Amino acid sequence: MTTLQHAAGAAPAPAPSRSLWQLGWQRLKRDRIGFACLWIVAGFIVLALASWAGLAGRGWNDEIAVSYAPPTFLYQQEHKAVAAASAVQTGSEPKLQGLLPQEDPIWAETQAAYKNRAKYVMPEVKKEPSLTFGADIRGRDLLDKVIKGTSTSLSVGFFGALLSVVIGAALGASAGFFGRKVDDFLMWFYSVFTAMPDMLLLLAFAAVAGRGLGTVILVLSLTSWPGTFRLVRAEFIKLRSREFVQAADAIGASSSRKMFIHILPNISHLLLVQFSLLMVGLIKYEVILSFLGFGVDVRQVSWGSMLAEVPEELLQGYWWQLAMVVAFMSVLVTAFSMLTDSLRDALDPKVK
Amino acid sequence: MIAYFIRRLWQMIPTMLGVMLLVFVLFNWVGGDPTFILEGKRLTPEIMANIRVQLGLDKSLPEQFLLFVKQVLTYDFGNSWATQQSVSATLANRVGPSVILAGSLLLLELLTALPIAVAVAYFRGSLTDRLVTMICTVAMSVSSLVYIIVGQYQLAFAWDLFPVMGWDDNSAVANLLVYLPLPLLLGLLVALAPSVRFYRSFVVEELNHDYVRTARAKGLSEPKVLFKHVLRNALIPVVTNITMSLPFLMLGSMLLERFFGIPGMGNELLNAVDKSDFPVIKAITITIAAAAMVFNLLADLLYKQIDPRVQLK
Repeated sequence: MTTLQHAAGAAPAPAPSRSLWQLGWQRLKRDRIGFACLWIVAGFIVLALASWAGLAGRGWNDEIAVSYAPPTFLYQQEHKAVAAASAVQTGSEPKLQGLLPQEDPIWAETQAAYKNRAKYVMPEVKKEPSLTFGADIRGRDLLDKVIKGTSTSLSVGFFGALLSVVIGAALGASAGFFGRKVDDFLMWFYSVFTAMPDMLLLLAFAAVAGRGLGTVILVLSLTSWPGTFRLVRAEFIKLRSREFVQAADAIGASSSRKMFIHILPNISHLLLVQFSLLMVGLIKYEVILSFLGFGVDVRQVSWGSMLAEVPEELLQGYWWQLAMVVAFMSVLVTAFSMLTDSLRDALDPKVK
Repeated sequence: MIAYFIRRLWQMIPTMLGVMLLVFVLFNWVGGDPTFILEGKRLTPEIMANIRVQLGLDKSLPEQFLLFVKQVLTYDFGNSWATQQSVSATLANRVGPSVILAGSLLLLELLTALPIAVAVAYFRGSLTDRLVTMICTVAMSVSSLVYIIVGQYQLAFAWDLFPVMGWDDNSAVANLLVYLPLPLLLGLLVALAPSVRFYRSFVVEELNHDYVRTARAKGLSEPKVLFKHVLRNALIPVVTNITMSLPFLMLGSMLLERFFGIPGMGNELLNAVDKSDFPVIKAITITIAAAAMVFNLLADLLYKQIDPRVQLK
């Protein structure tokens, strides 16, 4: 009934006040590039989820084609070239001239071996001479492989960034809210972690922690929390003495309630941006770690472990694996970074 | 200034202790029993006890930590588990190539990224600016690995413009002229995009200040405004960026060192991690952390030199 009363009143109804999130969403929708990037990232997430659910990229480990089967378009070109060449020299098919028995020292053995082989029925494995996007050394479909890699990379990025933000936010909130001794201790802890380059810390952790997907996520999050810590700490110092916190204090709210129910929602937009920044960074880190052999193990595939196979392939002229990884990875990372930029602009409360 | 310097040095001690504690916990507690790594399968109780005594593992944890502190203070980390050679001597040989590579890379990057950033910032909002920013974003999202893999294959192997890899231990000239150009070129390609973006944002910010308008109103030429006035003020973030990135650069060029067979710290670290060579990893970690702290302090001292308004507290 209240709405009716409002409408009947003489004063114009005030515009409905929008939350920061609604405003941010509207600004993001107006930002055409940012919105397009959102769609691209969403597409990758759907792909990763589909792969995770077993709908796509399931057969990445099946050897369905010949070794280094070329992409179909290359194969067809080659086919045409061969056909054209053979059309020129018509009918002069060279006949294989086998050696005569008296000239061949192992004639008897060869004949026996042939007869012996005929006893066994070999299951005929049909291997594709070409695949739409090519195959790797073991004849595995590169499209399936790169989709599987997408899901690995995205889950490493997602869970790593999530864990990292949670660690950073919890420590930053404690340092900023309690101050004094807690702050001193946590700042010392922070300075210890930042005194070492990330890559060094990552390798040191990887050296002792063994290999595998879980380890990579843990190691990445343990090395990447300081940025979030710094940000959250500063915001908590700023917000802890505001009126709304004092009000919560007056009605007897506990420290954890003030920290996580009252203050934290005010910086959740910063955490979202931080999360998406971290995710891009961790995806890139995982690629380097896996390339160096300290990332995912052999039962998994990631963009980094795919890239690790590339240098040898290139020397033999097989470039398709490189092309697939670069295409997938750069599209996702570019879209993600641009989305992060747009997100930062859209969620900035100072922008009207 | 001197009081500040001494105080900062004093403050480094707890951080350094923390780093040592972290490394100690990591390798002694998480890392598992090193006797297994060292001797593998042919392990008898006698050999095990012998190794434990040699490594000091029979002592209590605080005693072991003190031993580690002593190692750090004397910079004597014992022998490498993989090569049985003195860790400190090995690292002393590795610092040179890393410094040459990282130093020249930094210099080149500065000489190219800064002018580009200033030029782009000057035309901010224009199509050129947006195009360059866009290209930088895209260039940054291609993994540095890809630049190195493709660059090494195409430029060195396929076109034979550079040697594929190598390093001359005896001749610095050969290194600079023959072996370094390609790693430097590729390193520059990797580093350029993020640097241009980073520097651009600071120059843009400086351009909005009043003193720029004043300088223009005085009738100074644009290059003078840009390079003498604006750049000087944008120099603080630049110096921070450089000094902060110096120790990191050493590891950042790790991939370059590995691909081009340059015997530097990064390459050594990768080998050590591969072989679980804990003494070497510990030594490199401590060295780089100490270097990072020293460079941080240098950065703060440099601020004062660049900008007299900065108060050192």
